[in-house]
Amino acid sequence: MVGKLKGQFGSGISEASTYLGQNYFVVDRSLIPEFLQVLRDQEQFDYCVDITAVHYPKREKPFDVIWILYSFPRNERIRVKTLIADGETLPSSVPIWPTTNWLEREVYDMFGIRFEGHPDLKRILLPEGWKGHPLRKEYGIIQQDKEWVQINLGIESGQ
Amino acid sequence: MAHLNPMSVLEPAQDRTMILNMGPQHPSTHGVLRVILEIDGETVIRIMPDIGYLHTGIEKTCEAKFYQQVVPLTDRIDYLCPLTNNLCYCLAVEKLLGLEIPPKAQWMRVLLNELTRINSHLVWLGTHALDIGAMSVFLYCFREREDILRLFEMVSGQRMMTSYFRIGGLALEPPLGFFDRVRAFVNHFPEKVDEYENLLTTNPIWKMRTKGVARIAAEDAIALGASGPTLRASGVDFDLRRDMPYSGYDNFKFKVPISQDGDVFARYACRVQELRESNAIARQALDGMPEGPIKANAPKVVLPDREKMKTEMEALIYHFKIITEGFSVPAGEVYQAVESPRGEMGYYVISDGTAKPYRVHMRAACLANLQLLPLMCEGRLIADVVAAIGSIDIVLGEIDR
Repeated sequence: MVGKLKGQFGSGISEASTYLGQNYFVVDRSLIPEFLQVLRDQEQFDYCVDITAVHYPKREKPFDVIWILYSFPRNERIRVKTLIADGETLPSSVPIWPTTNWLEREVYDMFGIRFEGHPDLKRILLPEGWKGHPLRKEYGIIQQDKEWVQINLGIESGQ
Repeated sequence: MAHLNPMSVLEPAQDRTMILNMGPQHPSTHGVLRVILEIDGETVIRIMPDIGYLHTGIEKTCEAKFYQQVVPLTDRIDYLCPLTNNLCYCLAVEKLLGLEIPPKAQWMRVLLNELTRINSHLVWLGTHALDIGAMSVFLYCFREREDILRLFEMVSGQRMMTSYFRIGGLALEPPLGFFDRVRAFVNHFPEKVDEYENLLTTNPIWKMRTKGVARIAAEDAIALGASGPTLRASGVDFDLRRDMPYSGYDNFKFKVPISQDGDVFARYACRVQELRESNAIARQALDGMPEGPIKANAPKVVLPDREKMKTEMEALIYHFKIITEGFSVPAGEVYQAVESPRGEMGYYVISDGTAKPYRVHMRAACLANLQLLPLMCEGRLIADVVAAIGSIDIVLGEIDR
């Protein structure tokens, strides 16, 4: 599978490796969503388990976005990772796996990463008017949107 | 308006429809789920689940704790199956550390996980039946659940927030008489399942309320990311315990109940069958319980025994270092999934080589399962919404984290 995909996408795949028995790809942002589409259509990864992101504030491209995929026919799991800069968007994978609708909303809510073409990209866990994206590293562990709390809950502080 | 009120009003799409708010304080929404319904008479035209009421930022909190301090947080994610969450997190970190877990600890983990599954399914069955109007099932289910909670209390000192597993094994040796108590439970439990089934499986009202209701086809279930009994009831034969075994599950023999109908009754039937299978796995774990240590041989990670800590210098030093500085985990990323009572529970743990996780992400089975709700309910009656929510067995703590 790796050889075939490398032939198809060339240098866009910067890494295809295994760590602790778990396979993963690191691909260029420009290959999303074609790469994911190929994985589903040609390699039978028909189930999107999860999407998540990680913030590395010191890097030039500070965000990792990770798709965890599973294939029922192959009984195999892989991860696809891509690196993006702050403010850069990603194409939505809702047309590929409808389950990613809420998963992308969660990534947007927690990291502020926008997905182009998402049918309804808004916050999912935090309230709509909330300021800030809590899983970014610069967001403090007890930080909160005081203004929102005061206006909407009528209390001085949520702590 | 900069700050939208969470109770923002939605406009109905047509003149003859109206918006109905259900939850977050509604008895049949199992916690604090809010669903907004657009209805035409009694028929649901649109349904929009609104989640986040229980969001406590557990993923963020994990980043500020030592690896071993995260275990109690995992209890609070899915409060009906704390041990499953403990296990999944411990397995993920153990994988990063490359720890070998002794067989007795693995068997105990399997035993307790299957008791947890029974416990969780009993809460589901009782409340699901209560939602649909069968009051007495609830009383019977909670009778047996009480027995399991007492077992948990016996082994861990806690009824619900057990935190019994540790990175590298178990917290404590199971107490004297524990296995006899479990065996007594395992021996009498199958006849209790018969009791529940007598009340429901052939009950004509139950069948009318559940058969053909909220049907989900296999391809929709896969596309929307369903897992666990919700997926298996639609005819997809997939169970992580069998297909990607962990913690020694490959040593156990069990059937994976599936059904082809994909309706509320099929999900009911799958879970009731799972009660029997879990009981059988628990029996096998009891019969084959190996002797030996309950903690891995890794003094830098696993706390020493109290006795050793008080008599040996080296053990005292390790104890002091683990408590005050934690232990560092080799840099890397790992995804570990287990079959929770609700489906695929996954932990994605990233280490940067320090004593605190760089990032912990939980894959919640219910979050994906709940996305099936609009497909299940649109075009059906309001009463079916209650049956459908019950049938996917949601725990909002896990969804909102």
